[in-house]
Amino acid sequence: MIALYAAHMRYSVLQQFQYRAANYFYMIGMIAEPVVYLVVWSTIARAHGGSIDGLTPGGFAAYYIVWTLVRNMNIVLTPFAWEERIKDGTFAGQLMKPVHPIHEDIAGFMGWKLVVLLLWVPIAIVLVLLFRPTLSPTLLQGVVFFFAIWGAYLIRAIMQWSLGLITFWTTRVAAIFEAYYLSEMLLSGRVFPLVLMPKWFQTLTWYFPFRWSFSFPIVALTGPIEDRDLFIGLGMQVAWILFGIGVLSLVWPRAVRRFSSVGG
Amino acid sequence: MAIIEVGDLSKTFTVPVREQGLRASVRSLVHREMKEVTAVDSVSFTIEAGEVVGFLGPNGAGKTTTLKMLSGLLHPTGGRCSVLGFEPKGRPSALLRQITLVMGNRNQLQWDLPALDSFELNRAIYRIPRADFVATRDELIELLDIGTLVTQPVRNLSLGERMKMEIADALLHRPQVLFLDEPTIGLDITMQRRIRSFVADYNTRYGATVILTSHYMADVQALCKRVIVIHHGRLVFDGDLTALSDRFTTQRTIRARLADGEEITILAARADTASATARLLAEHDVVDLTIEDPPIDDVIEQVFADAHDAP
Repeated sequence: MIALYAAHMRYSVLQQFQYRAANYFYMIGMIAEPVVYLVVWSTIARAHGGSIDGLTPGGFAAYYIVWTLVRNMNIVLTPFAWEERIKDGTFAGQLMKPVHPIHEDIAGFMGWKLVVLLLWVPIAIVLVLLFRPTLSPTLLQGVVFFFAIWGAYLIRAIMQWSLGLITFWTTRVAAIFEAYYLSEMLLSGRVFPLVLMPKWFQTLTWYFPFRWSFSFPIVALTGPIEDRDLFIGLGMQVAWILFGIGVLSLVWPRAVRRFSSVGG
Repeated sequence: MAIIEVGDLSKTFTVPVREQGLRASVRSLVHREMKEVTAVDSVSFTIEAGEVVGFLGPNGAGKTTTLKMLSGLLHPTGGRCSVLGFEPKGRPSALLRQITLVMGNRNQLQWDLPALDSFELNRAIYRIPRADFVATRDELIELLDIGTLVTQPVRNLSLGERMKMEIADALLHRPQVLFLDEPTIGLDITMQRRIRSFVADYNTRYGATVILTSHYMADVQALCKRVIVIHHGRLVFDGDLTALSDRFTTQRTIRARLADGEEITILAARADTASATARLLAEHDVVDLTIEDPPIDDVIEQVFADAHDAP
């Protein structure tokens, strides 16, 4: 399996180097979102005497600069892609291989991330110079962050892969996917750090996978966070990954039975 | 030994029906009318190891649906089938390692990379030992004459060149059973010939079993001793290609060239061919004589017409 993943990642890296200009433009476009959040929250913090709930402009800068890395790391195959890959026959080709097609997607996007990371470094340097983040993680935070960003990736990859399988039951999937993404926007810490939200809202986020694929890896590095919460966070990621695998193993055989291979 | 066994195999699709227009569109929001379409209807046959079988039928006859059921892409709604002793619908890994499905109108190679990179990926997917992989890859490159093409991005290749790459890519794991769905579609005559001769060569070298669908009768004549004809999802003929002509055509063409240079062409009933020929030889000074079955395309057309007229 390691050899298979290595081969898919290598293949993906080769592909993405073909699209390096497109990737760079994508990265620059992607930066716009966190920069807007950062400017807005920093302005609000200054208006409130320099901080909100303990987050200073430097803290917001750290949050949103790490955000850009986490966002790149947790990009996965979108559920919207399923319709196209069924139509153009790609999925039929995947089904003919003696390995589960999810491995191709997970490994392929892992390879893509290696290229994106290279492109991200200069952008991160510019953001650091512009916004002066306050960031002083401990060694433990750094180690947990490393695992947490891959955990975040796996949660999103498995969840959205499973979600995409709805395409086998109905073609009117866009509304369902949009509802999922809206929930993720609100409950993940993508738009605002969850620490700014009321206690009940923060508690609510525990019961969804979104927090563990966005806010947790960011806060694991930027803090403030107790060592105990770092391990609880990793544990929650493992739990959501196992939950996702459970859902997938239930839904996949039923979905593939409904495959009509109309596109090839 | 039967490699492929199919018994009363059926596939029915449930498809939505909607009339045109805004009213029908709004109505479909509340009530979606569905209908059942039978693509394959109780088809039965067996195929022995090493056979090359032509699978014929007009568009929508159920050929590709049958191939997809045999390769595990589609789940049958009735009957049974087995390939190499496996039930394909569960897509067991041990089966997928021994079969391949090549679709002439589908591209599985990465567009922007040379085919060699895709070959390398397939090595990992099929866990082919390096030495075996290199030997098979080089052999396929030689057989298909693609040595100068495998290092070029696939997008820069012509349709025929891409098809040869697709075939090489699909055969790297040396499958025992090949499902070829119109592998020569859209290709020029020269490229069609090359693909045909490659398939024949592969079949001879490895004893592979091949099921081929094609609308080009030249493919079928060159490769298949046996044909299975399917129409409206039903099997209408299974036997030798020559027997197909005997069964479905009523006439043969007798051509004679006379000593004075004149040419005579007679259409004779199949049963009267001998007497018509004898008469021709007795009445004229014949220097050259040929008796021909109708072109296979005409035979197939006749088969489909008969099947269409059947109740």
